[in-house]
Amino acid sequence: MIVAKRKPFEEIMSLIQDHQKVLTVGCGTCVAVCLAGGEKEVDVLNAELDMARRLKDNPIELGAKTVERQCDREYLAELDDLAKDYDAMLSMACGVGIQFLAERFPNIPVYPAVDTCGLAVNQAVGWYEERCRSCSSCVLGVTAGICPVTMCAKGLYNGPCGGTNQGSCEINTEQPCAWYMIYERLERQGRLDCILKITPAVDWRNQVPRTLIQPGYKKPEKVENK
Amino acid sequence: MKAGSNLEKVLRAGHFAFTGELGPPRGTSAHEVREKASHLKGYVDAVNITDNQTSVVRMSSWAASLILIQEGLEPNYQMVCRDRNRLAMQSDILGAYAHGIRNMLCLSGDHQQFGDHPTAKGVFDLDSMQLIEMVKRMRDEGKFMSGEAIVDPPELFIGAAANPFAEPLRWRVHRLAKKVEAGANFIQTQCIYNLEKFREWVKQANDMGLTEKAYILAGVTPMKSVGMARYMQSKVPGMDVPDSIIKRLQGAEKGKVAAEGIKIACEQIEEFKEMKGIAGVHLMAIEWEHRVPEIAESAKVLPRPLMN
Repeated sequence: MIVAKRKPFEEIMSLIQDHQKVLTVGCGTCVAVCLAGGEKEVDVLNAELDMARRLKDNPIELGAKTVERQCDREYLAELDDLAKDYDAMLSMACGVGIQFLAERFPNIPVYPAVDTCGLAVNQAVGWYEERCRSCSSCVLGVTAGICPVTMCAKGLYNGPCGGTNQGSCEINTEQPCAWYMIYERLERQGRLDCILKITPAVDWRNQVPRTLIQPGYKKPEKVENK
Repeated sequence: MKAGSNLEKVLRAGHFAFTGELGPPRGTSAHEVREKASHLKGYVDAVNITDNQTSVVRMSSWAASLILIQEGLEPNYQMVCRDRNRLAMQSDILGAYAHGIRNMLCLSGDHQQFGDHPTAKGVFDLDSMQLIEMVKRMRDEGKFMSGEAIVDPPELFIGAAANPFAEPLRWRVHRLAKKVEAGANFIQTQCIYNLEKFREWVKQANDMGLTEKAYILAGVTPMKSVGMARYMQSKVPGMDVPDSIIKRLQGAEKGKVAAEGIKIACEQIEEFKEMKGIAGVHLMAIEWEHRVPEIAESAKVLPRPLMN
């Protein structure tokens, strides 16, 4: 899932300092699961903002609404009427959701209340670890299911580098060396030949905004927009 | 002959090569480069010019290399993958060659987190393996990575690094094999302190025929103090410093620890001279350039051969 963490409170305060009526919009999917931007987090943030603005003698009127997914037009439609009552929105969705919200309501500012941190696994409650950089050219088939782009600090395709430190990465002994793990797992599977060949320079495909159209679908001629 | 550099000539003629290293300054002083170079002239076959080593900003490697050429020394131009993408790398290579640089060492580079700009974006568009392949293709096929033809291609003697001591140990010789296959003509190793492990790695390289395809220069860094040895043992990733080295330095008389460090280095060099598969030594006397003449003398690698 996509994981995010709430921005520092002072930064959020500063972003909305000139607004008196703000709608805080949560997202009920990824950021809700990772405890950053669901219904509960919207309520907590609003309570903190309300109190802080009162203490500054600059009260604010805050609304709260959490939609199922901010990256989906059908759910954003639920906000159309509500949005008219506010002069700004604070989105607690990931960077994708924030942008789609901003695109739907181009007449008012939409501010981020979270920093999007990546595509991660849920190791335990509240503990997430990044696993994918969505590079569009997956090599997991030859790297034993361990991503060198994400898990190697240098993103090496022909590792490990000389900084491997007894199985950990040179940047931090807490961080396992991706290529050490790749080697170990391929050896266990008897597949070391996968990495004996040189992996050529990468055709980086994430340098421009990417569009995905699944087989059997096509891009609508005109996207309905408000 | 691939590039006709002095280093290549020395190695091809079968001499035991001896290379040095020079770290460019953290400022604009050409004088400082010249001063360091003055200690090396006549004592080494080529001088590695490091590229923002330990991820700290310094005078660019090619610029310091040019100063060395002006001083009559031969640079081994180091380039790391951390700070440039494939466009910048190729244009720097063209420019370096145009100014007379003939040796190049291709490295991944330390992670930027270690240096003075830890929040910088690490580029790593290519890794060291892919950089070696690219330089080889530029030289042998006269083509950029894109496949477009190069007018007057750069003819470089291509070097790479190898660390025989980092885990997984069993993989290290295969990684060397990949670098040789990618196009490395010579290899300079990580500083060697654990001779037992090094002998085993060289034996594997001999058995695989790799030492026939590339010249291996054994990396040597004399210890200046017990503190330095301890630091390298515990803080430098991928470094293997056995306790026996530290004990030996501790046993030296007061004021003679550095001399003991040089003695250890010279004993190692003696062994490398006799070791099958080893074509020379790369001496990394870090911020100790002025001691190189003395070390070269003690290691009995003088005079350096004069090649035409």
